[in-house]
Amino acid sequence: MRIVVISDKCVSCGVCVDSCPFSAIEMRDEKAFITEGCQFCRACMSVCPAGAIVEKAEEGDAKTVADLSAYSGVWVFAEQREGKISGVSYELLGAGRRLANDRGTYLAAVLLGGTVEHTDDLIKWGAEKVYLCSDPILEKFNDEPYSQAMISLIQQYKPEIVLAGATPIGRSFIPRVAASLRTGLTADCTSLEIDKESGNLLQVRPAFGGNIMATILCPNHRPQIATVRPRVMKRDEYDESRKGEIINVDLPSLTTRTKVLDTVKEVSECMLNLQEAEVIVAGGRGMADPKGFKMLEELAELLGGAVGASRAAVDEGWVSYSHQVGQTGKTVCPKIYIACGISGAVQHMVGMQSSDMIIAINKNPEAPIFSAATYYIVGDVNEIVPMMIKQLKEASQS
Amino acid sequence: MRIIVFVKQVPDTAEVKINPETNTLVREGVPSIINPYDVHALEAALQIRDHKGGKVIVVTMGPPQAEDALREAVSMGADEVFLVSDRAFAGADTWATSYALYRAAEKIGFDIILCGKQAIDGDTAQVGPETAEFLNIPHISYIRKIEDVSESSIKVQRLMDDGYDIVESSLPLLMTVVKEINTPRLPSLKGKMAAKKAVINKLDLEALGGKEIEANVGLKGSPTQVRNIFAPKCQVQKRELSGTPEEQVAALVQDLRRIRCA
Ligand SMILES: Cc1cc2nc3c(=O)[nH]c(=O)nc-3n(C[C@H](O)[C@H](O)[C@H](O)COP(=O)(O)OP(=O)(O)OC[C@H]3O[C@@H](n4cnc5c(N)ncnc54)[C@H](O)[C@@H]3O)c2cc1C
Ligand SMILES: Nc1ncnc2c1ncn2[C@@H]1O[C@H](COP(=O)(O)O)[C@@H](O)[C@H]1O
Repeated sequence: MRIVVISDKCVSCGVCVDSCPFSAIEMRDEKAFITEGCQFCRACMSVCPAGAIVEKAEEGDAKTVADLSAYSGVWVFAEQREGKISGVSYELLGAGRRLANDRGTYLAAVLLGGTVEHTDDLIKWGAEKVYLCSDPILEKFNDEPYSQAMISLIQQYKPEIVLAGATPIGRSFIPRVAASLRTGLTADCTSLEIDKESGNLLQVRPAFGGNIMATILCPNHRPQIATVRPRVMKRDEYDESRKGEIINVDLPSLTTRTKVLDTVKEVSECMLNLQEAEVIVAGGRGMADPKGFKMLEELAELLGGAVGASRAAVDEGWVSYSHQVGQTGKTVCPKIYIACGISGAVQHMVGMQSSDMIIAINKNPEAPIFSAATYYIVGDVNEIVPMMIKQLKEASQS
Repeated sequence: MRIIVFVKQVPDTAEVKINPETNTLVREGVPSIINPYDVHALEAALQIRDHKGGKVIVVTMGPPQAEDALREAVSMGADEVFLVSDRAFAGADTWATSYALYRAAEKIGFDIILCGKQAIDGDTAQVGPETAEFLNIPHISYIRKIEDVSESSIKVQRLMDDGYDIVESSLPLLMTVVKEINTPRLPSLKGKMAAKKAVINKLDLEALGGKEIEANVGLKGSPTQVRNIFAPKCQVQKRELSGTPEEQVAALVQDLRRIRCA
């Protein structure tokens, strides 16, 4: 396949030239021309006002290689560390439930190295089936046996969609699974939908450092595999009464050439707090100095919350990296997120935009953060935050 | 010890923006750089070589101008460089990129492969592990410290969410590194001279297998497709606060208390 310009239709506006992330479009003889640098991202197609840029099929284009109809079911990789299932697994079951309903298929979880006690939880959070492999080699995380187990289960049961957490574990071994099964993998998805027409999974993810969103498809290969960061998807209802099937699987010949000698915990309390907190009071460059953050700490304490920060504030050294929210920090989803002196760069917003309620305080009425805010106050943080503290204190005394 | 480092040339994403009105990328004068994580991978390779001897071989797949990244690697101290480049490789997703890099690595030969944790243009972190799978070698991701290297094994610290694991592996091995692992050196004057004269070895489709691998590289070999790109947006229901700042704060505090007590 190639992307080509129909030169009769081209109106020589040059919009496509600016739209190309790879500088692969030039004006030649006053018409747009797509050079060898083209990476097929289709950015130009969506901006051309004349509809002059189209895809052209070529001999040897990728064809459907697998019998797609042989695949059904939505699977969630249920991650465990030291016998504890991580929260992202339940969030994925929430996302997987929707997809399974839309596809009219079942939802299953895969648990490697867990115990039956945990398995029940997966059912209560929505899984109809749980594939459980309790081989001791899977107790600690090593990439090879994890990927071998996943590959052989997928080959045996043929799910059409597989979801995993974009955690250090999921991001490390799932690519091996995709490579071996000769299928696509989309990392860090922020939204997953089924395309009504084709039944394919539409996978939306940030690209170019979060400045752009892209919708990714894997039309000719199965399963369609995606990873999702913790706190991005919402859990379904926990239901004690749900019944499901636990399928014990025996996977012979799992091997590993890596070995975990020791596990060292460096849990910084606030890092945990940040992702668990129901209220986050976050500060940005507008806080001006570490004293500003003292003020936020006080506010957070009054609200029973934790302190977050933009990268700008972390880079300034006013708070430590473990407080950073956003693309290169933590993704959080509290009930209330209060952004103080934060402009609202996309890299920050991806980390907090699914909060139930966002309150923004900024002196610039044009600040982008206001577009995401439920409540906003245009004003100086040095005036507004102390006012909030004072009023909260008064209110709690009355 | 033969150490391959995979580096990718990327646009400096801090400077790529999308114009929300026209939905077009604003990339005027966005410079190309070596993916920052890969510079740390290169430094880690150079340190192993400086202690244990051997060769650091830098490999990149990309268009002809990716040669600049290779010269920069030489200026830091790389011994040999390879440019994997062919029209047939264009449009590759991570699967097809990894496949081509696997063929290249097999041809070049290695004991260790080092990658960055992820490339900042796509942030996928997939190419390292996928390449390891194709090569049928173990890999360890997110390495923050190399504790020990011998001829046949290695001991490293792998960064996890709640701390780190100490992991041991046999060689050959592929590793991806995070920035904490080291502080990259600056190019030396001698290095810069060497970079000017450096021989850029080229590997094209023919060199990596020709017809036999055509269906596995470039756009044809890529299972994923980009359907469209768009500017991020969020829409929310706004609730107006009115009056003096005191009144606004009062309304807010009232609601906050209502939610917290509810
Ligand atoms: C690849 C990449 C990854 C990134 N990852 C992250 C990330 O994970 N998290 C993140 O946060 N950023 C990230 N960034 C950086 C991001 O692009 C922004 O630079 C950053 O979020 C800006 O922080 P800020 O809003 O605090 O600062 P600024 O953009 O400088 O905004 C300060 C705001 O404070 C307001 N203000 C100033 N004084 C006052 C006052 N007295 N009272 C009230 N308001 C005031 C100003 O009006 C302004 O809106 C990333 C960037 C890149 C390229
Ligand atoms: N085209 C490429 N050429 C060489 N190395 C690459 C290429 N793409 C990715 N890599 C390596 O794989 C790592 C992860 O990239 P990615 O999977 O794209 O996030 C990078 O840090 C590089 O070390």
